[in-house]
Amino acid sequence: MVYSAEKLSEEKVFKDPVHRYVHVRDRVIWDLVGTKEFQRLRRIKQLGTTFLTFHGAEHSRFNHSLGVYEIVRRIIDDVFAGRPEWNDDDRLLTLCAALLHDLGHGPFSHSFEKVFDFDHEDFTKKIVLGDTEVNFILKKVSPDFPQQVAEVIAKTSAKKLVVSLISSQIDADRMDYLQRDAYFTGVSYGQFDMERILRVMRPKEDQVVIKKSGMHAVEDYIMSRYQMYWQVYFHPVSRSAEVILTKILHRAKQLYENNYSFKNDPIHFYSFFMDKVTLEDYLKLDESIIMYYFQIWQEEDDAILSDLCRRFVNRNLFKYAEFDPAKEYKKLAELTSLFEKAGMDPEYYLVVDSSSDLPYDFYRPGEEEERLPIHLLMKSGELRELSRESEIVDAISGKRRTDHKLYYPGDFLEDDSSEIKKQIRSLLEI
Amino acid sequence: MLRDHAKLMQAVLVSGEIIGRKKLQKMIYIAKKVSFPFHERFQFHFYGPYSEELTLRVEELCNMGFLNEIKEKKGGYFQYRYTLTDTGKEFLSLNEVEMPFLQDCLGDMNEQNARFLELVSTVLYFDNLSKEEVTDKVFTLKSSQRYTEEEIDQAYAYIEELKEKAKLN
Repeated sequence: MVYSAEKLSEEKVFKDPVHRYVHVRDRVIWDLVGTKEFQRLRRIKQLGTTFLTFHGAEHSRFNHSLGVYEIVRRIIDDVFAGRPEWNDDDRLLTLCAALLHDLGHGPFSHSFEKVFDFDHEDFTKKIVLGDTEVNFILKKVSPDFPQQVAEVIAKTSAKKLVVSLISSQIDADRMDYLQRDAYFTGVSYGQFDMERILRVMRPKEDQVVIKKSGMHAVEDYIMSRYQMYWQVYFHPVSRSAEVILTKILHRAKQLYENNYSFKNDPIHFYSFFMDKVTLEDYLKLDESIIMYYFQIWQEEDDAILSDLCRRFVNRNLFKYAEFDPAKEYKKLAELTSLFEKAGMDPEYYLVVDSSSDLPYDFYRPGEEEERLPIHLLMKSGELRELSRESEIVDAISGKRRTDHKLYYPGDFLEDDSSEIKKQIRSLLEI
Repeated sequence: MLRDHAKLMQAVLVSGEIIGRKKLQKMIYIAKKVSFPFHERFQFHFYGPYSEELTLRVEELCNMGFLNEIKEKKGGYFQYRYTLTDTGKEFLSLNEVEMPFLQDCLGDMNEQNARFLELVSTVLYFDNLSKEEVTDKVFTLKSSQRYTEEEIDQAYAYIEELKEKAKLN
């Protein structure tokens, strides 16, 4: 039997708190799960710094990747199979892309990518196409199979229907992370009737659409996405931790550039500092390594680096104030100058964080041809954009909502003997 | 502080008015690819390179009152026009952005239509591939746009012109 069609003698299952079971019958999928690059995802948290706010949020990208695979498997095997618009020859390609879609994520990837200016999707591609165990398995399917998988994940594949199952406004990726993040954070917002959504999904030319009769289930999904966005992903305390994490990485990079002598050589960071990261360097990095450096950097002579690391490790986070850039940008300039006078480098201790700094979004239909919205399949066969049919979705997506916060170290400002700090407190209204 | 926001404001300022979100997306992407320091992250979507970060940042700028957005109904969909407000200009005067030659490049791009900019941005997205491979990508991924080989040649020539304008060559 050819490798691509090989089935395991017995179905393997992973117990999963969200989907109950993740089912694996294909030999290729089982082999991919066993690769060291996929196992590495166990050591990367799905929600980065959110565990400092919601203590249960310790789940990993490994859990999530299996979840996305399971949702896609159900769509293909239970809903799409046998439909004329679906080509079952794409089954294995879709399952592999679903399983591997987050393979290139690094530790605390959002901050890392921002500071060191790279995109985890490039590393996903490198892992799939490079000299790795994952590539070895995929090549056994066919020599060009790794390239096909990489293109689906990068959304540059001509098989747009396959792409839209994994990456669109209502895809397996979002459906898994919303439910999983809700489960592990312990909030009740992320619930929606996924079974119903899966049953009303239809392949239509080159996209996945939703039967009109399933609109209310999708409304629930959109509401859940909206609530999770504001209540979990955009939580001000998690953002405070993210701000500190980003500033630690900035500081370490700056110190390296200024020839600072670290007490312990940060060898795992050198290629990042020098902007010469190889795949090998990248794969060595996980969150345990990062936390190790944060631990030892608490003892560094550089006061800013050691302070920021102490804050992160011991969860002594920055306080925050609401900030309206339009009305308060002059106040910000004043605060910046006062922070400098008080000996607190504003580059590290006075930080504006905006909603656009987040890697999450909520549903917006957008402009024609800006990006693909959710389409409802009407009885007539016509496609209608969701917010034009649903008043609930229209109400949420038609309204702009953005947010900015100003982060600062509250404990540094408690000194009553300092006139400057008093002025800062007065400006911050604390 | 708000440096990335200020860069976008500068882009709108030097362009005068930008009509269409898709056009704005493509202009910033192309400017970034010819090495202007925009930091918004782009991924390939159904209609080419697209940045959710940019969409959000533009929304923020509108909410702040720094950008003016006019929504117009055009055929079966909405179209948006962007200009910088007086408050936006004041903010920029206090938070100067140094991007020499940006006006030359964006001004030129603003005179092109969104369809051509979509092609240019797609060509740039695949700049690690050979011209033959890029042509193949354009024909498969953008089949509905029916681009011709001549247009692809024009896109390549245009990219060179922009790089020249951005003083890279």
